[in-house]
Amino acid sequence: MLKQCEGSHAVAVAVAMSRPEVICAYPISPQTHIVEGLGEMVKSGALAHCEFINVESEFAALSVAIGASAAGARAYTATASQGLLFMAEAVYNASGLGLPIVMTVANRSIGAPINIWNDHTDSMSMRDAGWLQIFAETNQEALDLHIQAFRLAEELSLPVMVCMDGFILTHAYERVDIPDQAQVDRYLPPYEPRQVLDPKAPVTIGAMVGPEAFTEVRYLAHAKQMQALDLIPQIAEEFKQVFGRDSGGLIKTYRLDDAETIVIALGSVLGTIKDTVDDLRAQGIKIGVLGITSYRPFPITAIRDATANASRIVVIEKCFAVGIGGIVSRDVRSAVRNRPQPVLTVVAGLGGRAITKASLNKLLLEAIADKLELLTFLDLDWGIVNRVLDREKKQRRSGPVAEGILRDIGTVASHIA
Amino acid sequence: MFQVRIHGRGGQGVVTGAEMLSIAAFLGGQHAQAFPSFGSERTGAPVVAYCRMDNKEIRLREPVMEPDAIIIQDPTLLNQVDVFSGLKKDGYILINTTRTFEELGLGEFVKDFRPDHLLTVGATELSMKHVGRPVPNMPLLGAFAAVGGLITLDAVEAAIGQKFKGAIAQGNIDAAREAYQIVKRQELKTEAHHA
Amino acid sequence: MEQTIVKFYQTGTFTVGNRLLAPEQRSVQANTQRSNSLNSGHRACQGCGEALGARYAIDAAMQATNGQLIAANATGCLEVFSTPYPETSWQMPWIHSLFGNTAAVATGIAAAMRVKGRSDVRVVAQGGDGGTTDIGFGCLSGMFERNDDVLYICYDNEAYMNTGVQRSSATPPAARTATTMPVGPHPGNVFGQGKNVPQIAMAHEIPYVATATVADLRDLEYKVKKAMSIHGARYIHIFVPCPLGWGAASHDTIRLARLAVESGVFPVFEAERGEVTGVVKIRRRVPIEDYLKPQRRFAHLFGKNPDLKTIARLQARADRNIRRFGLLA
Repeated sequence: MLKQCEGSHAVAVAVAMSRPEVICAYPISPQTHIVEGLGEMVKSGALAHCEFINVESEFAALSVAIGASAAGARAYTATASQGLLFMAEAVYNASGLGLPIVMTVANRSIGAPINIWNDHTDSMSMRDAGWLQIFAETNQEALDLHIQAFRLAEELSLPVMVCMDGFILTHAYERVDIPDQAQVDRYLPPYEPRQVLDPKAPVTIGAMVGPEAFTEVRYLAHAKQMQALDLIPQIAEEFKQVFGRDSGGLIKTYRLDDAETIVIALGSVLGTIKDTVDDLRAQGIKIGVLGITSYRPFPITAIRDATANASRIVVIEKCFAVGIGGIVSRDVRSAVRNRPQPVLTVVAGLGGRAITKASLNKLLLEAIADKLELLTFLDLDWGIVNRVLDREKKQRRSGPVAEGILRDIGTVASHIA
Repeated sequence: MFQVRIHGRGGQGVVTGAEMLSIAAFLGGQHAQAFPSFGSERTGAPVVAYCRMDNKEIRLREPVMEPDAIIIQDPTLLNQVDVFSGLKKDGYILINTTRTFEELGLGEFVKDFRPDHLLTVGATELSMKHVGRPVPNMPLLGAFAAVGGLITLDAVEAAIGQKFKGAIAQGNIDAAREAYQIVKRQELKTEAHHA
Repeated sequence: MEQTIVKFYQTGTFTVGNRLLAPEQRSVQANTQRSNSLNSGHRACQGCGEALGARYAIDAAMQATNGQLIAANATGCLEVFSTPYPETSWQMPWIHSLFGNTAAVATGIAAAMRVKGRSDVRVVAQGGDGGTTDIGFGCLSGMFERNDDVLYICYDNEAYMNTGVQRSSATPPAARTATTMPVGPHPGNVFGQGKNVPQIAMAHEIPYVATATVADLRDLEYKVKKAMSIHGARYIHIFVPCPLGWGAASHDTIRLARLAVESGVFPVFEAERGEVTGVVKIRRRVPIEDYLKPQRRFAHLFGKNPDLKTIARLQARADRNIRRFGLLA
C-alpha cells in the first residue's frame, strides 16, 4: 500500500511487521521518531507480543537486546552517533557471541565538535566489529532492508546494522510502499536460535577463550561474513519474489555499462549523484554510478567485476580516516588492486553539509579531465581553515577551535543551505 | 520537477506545512519529497523546509537551491534571511500578510515578476478565525492549491483530514478553503488586469 | 505425643544442614538433591568467599524456582573461575556478556521470558562489587528504576580482585589495595568516599533489598528464597571475604564474615520498598580490632605504633551502623 510518510515512520512500520519480541532503545537524534513510533505501537497494542523497554543509556539498550536475543527473543534497537560509541563494548560483544540483533543506525556524525547532522562517521567507527552493515539509499529501501535484516541476521546468527542517513532519510517525507503482514510473514519465519538460554537445556554462553582457540573463534566470524556475501543476494532475490521489487543486494549499478568514470558512494547521496550523472551523460560523458548497499561484508569481487572497464573511480564518502584520507576508498582500492585505475577520494557531506548537484558536477568534470587530486574535501572553505592555522601560529591561547570558526563565519541561522 | 521552499519561524508549522504539501501532492498521484533544513530549531528561530514534486521518482537530496515557489510564513524574515535566494525567474512568491508587496518594501524587487505569480494571504488571521491559533501553515497550503494547478484543494483537505481530527481538522479545512478563494480571486484580478 | 519446639543455636560451630532437623527444615545445602549449580572443579582460590556465596545463593534460587532459572554474570572472579576455558562449572543456563551491563542483560532475558509466556522462568543477575557498585551502577539503577523482574546478587569482597586487588567504591576506609597502598600520610583507602549500594537500592524503593554473609547459610538461603517469591526488582548484597585480597587465612573466610557482622561493620538486614523490615541482631558484640587483625590489608594499623586514631574512626563507623539499624538486642 502506497503511503506518503516520514522515513522514520516507514522504518517503525517495517520493524513492527517483522514481529520483534523485545525492543529497547535510548533516544538520540535523529533516531527518536523510530523508537517513539514503535513505543506507541506497543503501548496501544497495535504491536502485540512485544516488550518495549525504556532503557537508561545506549549501553543498556544493546545489553538488553543481548540478553533478550540470547534468551531466544527477536530483539531490536536503534541508535546513532555518540550512542553507538557509548555501546561500543556491547557492539563487539553481540557479534562475538553471534546474536542476531537488528539495529538501525540513523547515521550521524560524532563529536567533538558536537553535531547532530548526517554523515557516516558513526557506523564507520564500528565497521570492523563483526556486524553486517547495510546502507539504504531511499526510505523505501530503509523499510525493505529492515525486513531483510532480520532474515539475514537470524540465518547467519550475526547482528546487522541497517544504516540510513539521519535527517536526510529519517526526517524526509516520501512515498513508500508498505507491505502487508502476510507478505512479511511469508518472507520472515519465526526466530529459531542457534543457541538459547533455557532451563530445559542449560548452556554456558560467553565463556573466556584463551590463546589456544581465540584465533579459530574469530576466524569463524570472518567466515560468516564471507557466507553473507552469498546470502545477501539470495535474500534480496527472495525479497523481490515476495514483495515485487529490487531492494538490498550487495551493490547497485547505474549506467555502468560503458562508463569510463565510475562514482562510488553509500546511502542517500546516490540519488543526487544519479541526477548529476544524467546531466553529464546528456553531454556525452561516459560516467556511471556504483552504489554499495552491503558495506560489511565488503563486496570485493562484485566491485572488482563491476569496475573492470573503468578508467577512473571516484569514491564520494561521508567519512574519512584522519591523517590518511578515505575509509571507503581504501576498501575500494583493495577491490581494484593490481589494476592501473586511480581511485580518487572525495570526502563530502561531513556533519550534514549539503552535497549539491552543482558541486558534484564541477567535481566530476575535474575528475574526467584528470585534474582531481587523490584526496579532495568537497566544498571546504580554505579561507576559514587558513585563518585558524594562522591564529594558532600567532598565539598559544588560540581558544576552542570550533568557537573560533563559528565566530569567524558569523551566525549560521540566515544561511539557506 | 517543481520545487518549493517554505520560510518561517520555529513554532509556525513550517516543517508540517512542507510535509502536508507533499501529502497533498502524493494524493494527487505525484511523487513528492519534503524535508526540513537541518538547523537547530527553536521556537522563533528562522526555519526552512523544502518540498519537491514530480511525476517521476525524485532522487535529488540537496536543499532546494532554485525554488519554483517560495512561501513566506513570516514576513519579519524579509530583513533577516535571504528568502528569495535562487528563486527562478517567474517563480511564485506567496506571503503570509495582509499587506501588499509594495507595503512590504518589495515593490522594486518584484517589479519584473509576473503579477499573477505574486500572491499574498492573511493566513495567520485566517487560522485565528477558523482554528483559534496563529498557525498559518494550513491556510497557506490552501492558498498554494490555487497556484499553478500542482495540488488540488481537495487533496489539501484530504491531507488535513488525515493529520487532524474533529473540530481542528474542520477549522483548518475552512481556513485553507478561504485562503484558496482569496488567492484565486487575486489571480483572476491580476490576469484580467494583465489582459 | 506432645510437640516441643526446640531452638537450635549455632554458636561456635561450623555445623550446617543440621541432620537433626526434619528434612523440610534443613538447609538447601544439606540436601543431596540440591542443584549444585556451581559445580565443583571451578578454579576459585582456596577459601574463596564468593564461590561459597554463589553456591549457596544459586542453589537456593534453583530450589525456590524448581530449577527454572537463568543467570547473567558480570566479568570478574566468579565468571573467570567458573568458566575456565574450555570448561564450565555452571549446570544451569548462564550468560556472561560484559563487565558493566549485567543488570541490563538480565532485564533483556526477563523480557524475553515474559514475551514468550514463560512466566515460570526467573532471572538472576550476579556480579562482584566492582561490576555492581562502579561500572555496572548505571545499568543497575536502570533495572531498579524500571522494577524489572530480576534478582541482582552482589558478591562484595570490597575490591577488584580479579584484576589484582584494586580499590572499588566498596572498599572500606583504611584498607590496603593495590591502588590504595599503606603509604604516605593517609595509608590505605581514604575516609569520606565509598558507596552503600544496599541503601541506594532502598532509595529506589524496589520490592526487596537484603544483605547477607557467608557466615549465616540459613539466613542467606532464606533471603534468596524470599526474594524469589517476589516479582519485580530485588537486590541481595552478600559479604564474601577474599583470603587473597584481604591477606587472610583461607580457613578464616566464614569466621571473618561472622566477625564483620558481630562487630557492626556489616549490618545484616532486610528492606521492602525503602523501609527496613528486619535486622539480624548482634549476639555477641566484638570490638573492631577482632575483625581487622586477621586481615593483612589492615596490618598497617597495627604493629609497634598502632594507628589508634584510624582504628577509632573505623570503630565509630561500626558504632554508627549498630545505632542506625538497631543491631544490638
